[in-house]
Amino acid sequence: MLCCRKPTPPSLLEWHSPSEQDLQGPQGLPLTLGDVCLWPPARLPQSDTEPAEPRTRDQKCVKCKEGLPVVVIRAGDAFCRDCFKALYVHKFRAMLGKNRLIFPGEKVLLAWSGGASSSSMVWQVLEGLSRDSAKRLRFVPGVVYVDEGAACGQSPENRAKTLAEVKLVLQTTSFPWHIVALEEVFSLPPSVLRFSAQEPAGTEGAYKAAVDSFLQQQHVLGADGVERQSQHCFQDPHSHTGPPTTAQTQALSRLFDSVKTLTAKEELLQTLRTHLILHVARNHGYSKVMMGDSCTRLAIKLMTSLALGRGAFLAWDTVRLQTAQGSPRRQGELGTPPVVRSSRAPEKASIHRLMEAFILRLQAQFPSTISTVYRTSEKLIKAPRDGCAAGPRCLLCMCTLDVDTADSATAFGAQTSHLPQMQPPVAQAGAAAGPCCCAGMGGAPGCGRREDPRAQVMEQLCYGCRVNMKDLPSLEPLPPYILSEAQLRSQRATVEQEVQEYLLGDSEDETGTGES
Amino acid sequence: MPAPQCASCNKARAALRRPRSGQALCGACFCATFEAEVLHTVVAGRLLPPGAVVAVGASGGKDSTVLAHVLRELAPRLDISLHLVAVDEGIGGYRDAALAAVRRQAARWELPLTVVAYADLFGGWTMDAVARSTAGSGRSRSCCTFCGVLRRRALEEGARLVGATHVVTGHNADDMAETVLMNFLRGDAGRLARGGGLGSPGEGGALPRCRPLQLASQKEVVLYAHFRRLDYFSEECVYAPEAFRGHARDLLKMLEAARPSAVLDLVHSAERLALAPAARPPPPGACSRCGALASRALCQACALLDGLNRGRPRLAIGKGRRGLDEEGPPREPQPSRPPTSQPVPDF
Repeated sequence: MLCCRKPTPPSLLEWHSPSEQDLQGPQGLPLTLGDVCLWPPARLPQSDTEPAEPRTRDQKCVKCKEGLPVVVIRAGDAFCRDCFKALYVHKFRAMLGKNRLIFPGEKVLLAWSGGASSSSMVWQVLEGLSRDSAKRLRFVPGVVYVDEGAACGQSPENRAKTLAEVKLVLQTTSFPWHIVALEEVFSLPPSVLRFSAQEPAGTEGAYKAAVDSFLQQQHVLGADGVERQSQHCFQDPHSHTGPPTTAQTQALSRLFDSVKTLTAKEELLQTLRTHLILHVARNHGYSKVMMGDSCTRLAIKLMTSLALGRGAFLAWDTVRLQTAQGSPRRQGELGTPPVVRSSRAPEKASIHRLMEAFILRLQAQFPSTISTVYRTSEKLIKAPRDGCAAGPRCLLCMCTLDVDTADSATAFGAQTSHLPQMQPPVAQAGAAAGPCCCAGMGGAPGCGRREDPRAQVMEQLCYGCRVNMKDLPSLEPLPPYILSEAQLRSQRATVEQEVQEYLLGDSEDETGTGES
Repeated sequence: MPAPQCASCNKARAALRRPRSGQALCGACFCATFEAEVLHTVVAGRLLPPGAVVAVGASGGKDSTVLAHVLRELAPRLDISLHLVAVDEGIGGYRDAALAAVRRQAARWELPLTVVAYADLFGGWTMDAVARSTAGSGRSRSCCTFCGVLRRRALEEGARLVGATHVVTGHNADDMAETVLMNFLRGDAGRLARGGGLGSPGEGGALPRCRPLQLASQKEVVLYAHFRRLDYFSEECVYAPEAFRGHARDLLKMLEAARPSAVLDLVHSAERLALAPAARPPPPGACSRCGALASRALCQACALLDGLNRGRPRLAIGKGRRGLDEEGPPREPQPSRPPTSQPVPDF
């Protein structure tokens, strides 16, 4: 059963209500956190021998030294409600400020899944925008929600119910909001797969200059003038009217049913969701997308990507689409909300689940695990900012291809091994005998048989995406934009090869649809 | 259901299915294919040039046994000569039995064998003595930290003794996958940067090292040993349960169950990890005491031994290594840190 990040309806509505939500934590200690509903309740520090209860009862908040603690994070730091809120809000703002990826006045799309992390990110943005002008957040947000009910096998009634609740919540945010159904991938244009070189983030000087000029503008126009004009609650006027057609829903179900492993399903879901969000962002002029991944979630994602063969792109995966990471708050004892996933599939089912369970278990034993993994990822090479495509990009994840030549002494070579397995022993050392195309992985770019559509697509994928595609026996149920873009690129590559000898210099300065 | 035909020779009944590809092969063809693949790794990776004198790290376990056997088969083709080098760490009850297996192998294969012992090389420190010295603090003993560093030093010494030009070890793909998981979990950016290739070319006077079995899956190593009826020692080291690597190993087992290619996928990730320039470790220099390759003033082996000799075994374990060259105040250990934060160096 594919997991969908669906909240349980009560918490969805109540996250924004001002009334306090009493959550009973272990040992009956209250865990009210005002208008932020944090789920699951914070776990008290792990200690094998002594019960945590007496210690916490005696403790005061470590920050203000006065209030009674309601939550414990890290290894024994107890905070009262107000101090924790302040800390949490501060972390979020610090992450935005430090990164300086978001320029004032920029349109930023918030990806909201309904889960605790992204909900709290949206709340943070709301709260941050409503502050007094000195500390106000300075970008223009919108919210997007992707209805993945079809991929999870939700019944139409449940889907409609969830959507109604989602709409209610979105309307209260007063941001422009967009609801898209996953089925809309079937109407995506191939251009969504084309990597658009983002302008470099700029130097610190550029950022400061941008902030200054924005403040000046504001001063002239009046504090509310510029920002409020786009904040109506309206539904995206370009969205396809009405719910998706049955045919589309069936096509989506067919696609996901045809995937053989849960791991590949989860990866496919993520890929399609990303493309859809990217499409919405581009269509409506958003230059950045903000994801609500917590530090825990990011650490899990990193390790999962490692296990999926995406080691080359770890930095890229955590800064996807030139996003700013949503508050990478260190959750410490709070952990990832497991209740958000509604599926009951066992742990063994997918790499993602296994890794999540493993990391959380390890974190209980070594409390610095998550922060260590996160810090390690920060040491990785960031996505190249010069905007030039260093080489061909993966069709699905838009990362530079990381495959080696077949038969090289690498992991990739080992999987595309064409060593004479059909002949008696004496090895023709080093010589790649046999045809260059084999069932699963496909050869290195440029040497596959062009007539075979599957090989055509495979050779345009990075290592990680290839491994996923192996679990998709037929590429036919894929949405048309993927297949047509694959064909286009393949044709272009063929043509380029033909005229290679006449081309001077770098021929990669394509501006739009390629024609040669 | 009768077994299918061997997919390779089409004559004999298939005796096994290859774990990776599911291909059905008879015993002889499987062994031949396995050897061909190792040969390919060595040749394509240019690991052992003709005329090399190769010191094989032999522990008596399945990996080094298979490695030695395969290299012996391939030696004429590769034009290399082999020496077995076994390391005696001084772990009572365990290493003696393992060494006995190595001696039997050396006799059977007629390969020269050299045994180097920690006790001789490192001033009387055996692993059992190290374990006693580091015990009692309430935290784990970090035996594997010491053993790994010292063993690599010992192997190097043994290789020099026999006049070798290259050192090979029997690490397989599963080992590499566990290593990258482990290094990521522990935040060892330095090792993440160095690992991932097929070995090290040998900087600063160290002998070039490689791992010809690096792309072979552990299951296939076991299968090969089974079909060639190799005699090896299969018990786990008595200190192994304490190692952090155990966590990575458990994780790998689970990942492999969910996706059989997980092992190779991790190796691929390891090959492609790219550290930002700022995070890359500085180029190593030489140890001020023994002259070996070192990224700090003292190489790790000297640092660890120093700590042991001073009665403060944890001196070189942990960040900062204060007090190594001059006496500094002992640092308060933090309870939340993982037991060993100086894992085995890249070899």
